[in-house]
Amino acid sequence: MSEPVIRHYGPKAYADHPPFSYPDYRSTVKRSPTHDLIRIVQTLSETTGPGPAWTEISEEDTDLTTNTGTGNPAIGERIIVTGRVLDENGHGLPETVVEIWQPNASGRYAHWRETEFPAPLDPNFVGVGQCLTNDQGGYRFTTIKPGPYPWGNHPNAWRPSHIHFSIMGPSLGTRLVTQMYFPGDPLIPLDPIFNSAPPHARSRMIAAYDHEVTEANWALGYRWDIILRGELATPMDEGDD
Amino acid sequence: MSELLGQTPSQTVGPYYTLRLFREGENVLVRQGHPGRIVIQGRVLDGDRKPIEDALLEIWQANSVGRYRHPDDPRELALDNGFTGFGRAITDFETGEYRFETVKPGRVPDAEGAFQAPHISLIVQGRGMLNPVFTRIYFSDEDEANRDDLILRGLPAARRGSLIAELVEAAEYRFDVLFQGDDETVFFDF
Repeated sequence: MSEPVIRHYGPKAYADHPPFSYPDYRSTVKRSPTHDLIRIVQTLSETTGPGPAWTEISEEDTDLTTNTGTGNPAIGERIIVTGRVLDENGHGLPETVVEIWQPNASGRYAHWRETEFPAPLDPNFVGVGQCLTNDQGGYRFTTIKPGPYPWGNHPNAWRPSHIHFSIMGPSLGTRLVTQMYFPGDPLIPLDPIFNSAPPHARSRMIAAYDHEVTEANWALGYRWDIILRGELATPMDEGDD
Repeated sequence: MSELLGQTPSQTVGPYYTLRLFREGENVLVRQGHPGRIVIQGRVLDGDRKPIEDALLEIWQANSVGRYRHPDDPRELALDNGFTGFGRAITDFETGEYRFETVKPGRVPDAEGAFQAPHISLIVQGRGMLNPVFTRIYFSDEDEANRDDLILRGLPAARRGSLIAELVEAAEYRFDVLFQGDDETVFFDF
């Protein structure tokens, strides 16, 4: 077998994603394209992507409550976050790297740029992890529920609790960075980053509380699936006009 | 036809993504002395042409003989040991400069049975970007291949130059990514 496989991925559904420029999130205004995107036919450069090679060199690191290596557990509400990475046809995507980062229980990121929010750092929490999906596309992290934190976008602006997720997927075009939010958070409707997504798609970013995932005497459980672009379900028959 | 599940909306990487999405050395795909090594550096500039000091750049490329390290590319071309074709760089918080050390990719097939000009796929994200943008880096010393490249030929002539990294010294190229304005970098949808 020596011929390359050219898969036919469906389009990025821009109607399900935020616009590039969303003035309520101020920094987008000067950091967004103004020309229309130029549509190109997918070649091997687009239908391949770094996902599989990235998986080869990545290792699991799924317990953020202990992964600082200090020997002491992180402080805060311990939670389990689990779900599947699927393509839009409903197929689980195995062997896919899921990378996450988040602030600690006080809403403080262990990042040198965070200098203004006077919330404590937790020496036992860095807030980074990664998981390789299993053969059903499943991932699972144990972490601390992140706290909300203020930001400078507008007066008294606060980000709702969220975890950043990054997924390569199988091709260049499946690349997705998104954020997972928590159900019932009163800050969600006030958040311009959440609201940048079109109304019909916003709930896809909110995890569900799942008592089946909750472990007795240990941690509350949340379930959240991530849906990437997929191959066209019915590729056009080349012999058919 | 079955209903598609809705795609999860994209969100910004925010200002703190370097906690996980960049680690020292991920912008160096080959070491100094590696045959065919090139350096690509440049800046990412906003609509006021101010450097974006917290951009994430991810590259994806074939190796020097034009093979991708991917299960869909089983062609009988050598894979280089240890070369994934994937790299990450961030712009420097003070200077706005990013830098990759890699090899110039070989030519890969185009959609019509010929070969594309050597190019690197580039994904740019950052604080203030709600979606990634996808572009390509071509090379100024590949004039002939660039002239024949289907994707470059499909662009308005005035915008082609935005995708061509300029050879500024032996094996050193400059490539800036520009948002907005007449000279905006071409961004693709595919």
